[in-house]
Amino acid sequence: MTTATAPTTEGTPMSTPETGGRLNVPGTPIFDGQTSRRGLRLNKMLMSFRAAENRDRFSDDEAAYCTEFGLAPEQTQAVLDRDWTAMIDLGGSIFYVYKLAMMDGRSMQYLGGVFTGMTEEEFQAELRAGGRRDG
Amino acid sequence: MADVIWGLATSHVPSIGAAMDRGKTEDPNWKDLFDGYAPAREWLAEHKPDVAIVVYNDHANGLDLDIIPTFGIGTADSYTVADEGYGPRQVPDVIGDPDLSLHLLESLVDEGFDLTVFQELEVDHGLTVPLSVWTPDPGDAWPCPVVPILVNVIQYPQPTASRCYALGQALGRAISSYRDDVTVGILGTGGMSHQLAGSRAGFINPEFDAMWLEKIQTDPAALAALSREELIRQAGSEGIELIMWLIMRGAMNPQVTKVHSHYFLPASNTAAGIALLDNRPA
Ligand SMILES: [Fe+2]
Repeated sequence: MTTATAPTTEGTPMSTPETGGRLNVPGTPIFDGQTSRRGLRLNKMLMSFRAAENRDRFSDDEAAYCTEFGLAPEQTQAVLDRDWTAMIDLGGSIFYVYKLAMMDGRSMQYLGGVFTGMTEEEFQAELRAGGRRDG
Repeated sequence: MADVIWGLATSHVPSIGAAMDRGKTEDPNWKDLFDGYAPAREWLAEHKPDVAIVVYNDHANGLDLDIIPTFGIGTADSYTVADEGYGPRQVPDVIGDPDLSLHLLESLVDEGFDLTVFQELEVDHGLTVPLSVWTPDPGDAWPCPVVPILVNVIQYPQPTASRCYALGQALGRAISSYRDDVTVGILGTGGMSHQLAGSRAGFINPEFDAMWLEKIQTDPAALAALSREELIRQAGSEGIELIMWLIMRGAMNPQVTKVHSHYFLPASNTAAGIALLDNRPA
């Protein structure tokens, strides 16, 4: 892996949290090229959690592991705080962010609850009732 | 020449594989899904192809974000089942068909579809769950060799629906020009409507899914006309992966017969659909 000087997300065109650059679908983060550029180091770190030894190293010292992967300070903070919404806003792809959630024993329904301001049970119940609709 | 005998469109939600791997198929939350698969599985068991093509996407397991091929094809002798974090699924590794892969590649490149070549590839639930939907108890080996075709559906801009449909049509021509007389099953995977992140997480659109399930058989060109934005709006930010069904459908005849279809929700956060289409002339 390449270590690099700590990057910053400052100066990158920061789309508002819930919109991508080109599309504006309410409540829908679009994982586009700028988002992926912003999140590259974060997503690389999350990808590393496929291997058990990396999960162990992360658990031993989470902040140091984030530094090793060159995360921006606000990305590190989001990881340490388990601020799932911030991780998405700072360029995390849901498929990568989910790897950290799995380490914590969290389900995709738990994350869905976080993103929508519900408990996991409430979110699950909405899915079982046929899913959520627009409007 | 090779012949496509059937197309199987199916969701590839990881929890479907997990429910099977953990013996939960009779669980009340899952039973209707697996009951819905039964007629398709019976028919498929009687119509075993010589080789299968699986159109799927990887989910941060075999590929990362360093390189994001819009379309790719595996050309390996075999593909190991990826460890997605907590040990690989206990299912057989996937045997490839490099001769067919290389023929398809050449033919597709000649037609202007410049696929990325994967000489090594670990396959994740996107490929293995559809194989399990088809063959719940594979024993030591899947029913036949498999050619993986990969599509970027994770990072915008995903290929357009119409480009996927056109790729499928070129794939159909490539299959017909293969030197060996083999039968081919083709699987288009992913969907149906769902969205994992954002305040619209949990979005599901049964009306759209019903329309898609019908038109994938009767009017795929209408589906191919949908824009990326319409797909994200109507099927959710992850539901856009339904475009992979159009690659399968494009490789089939204009007229196909529906053997079976079924719709179920929720499979974790997703609406799950299956459509089995017979490609042999009626
Ligand atoms: Fe997928």
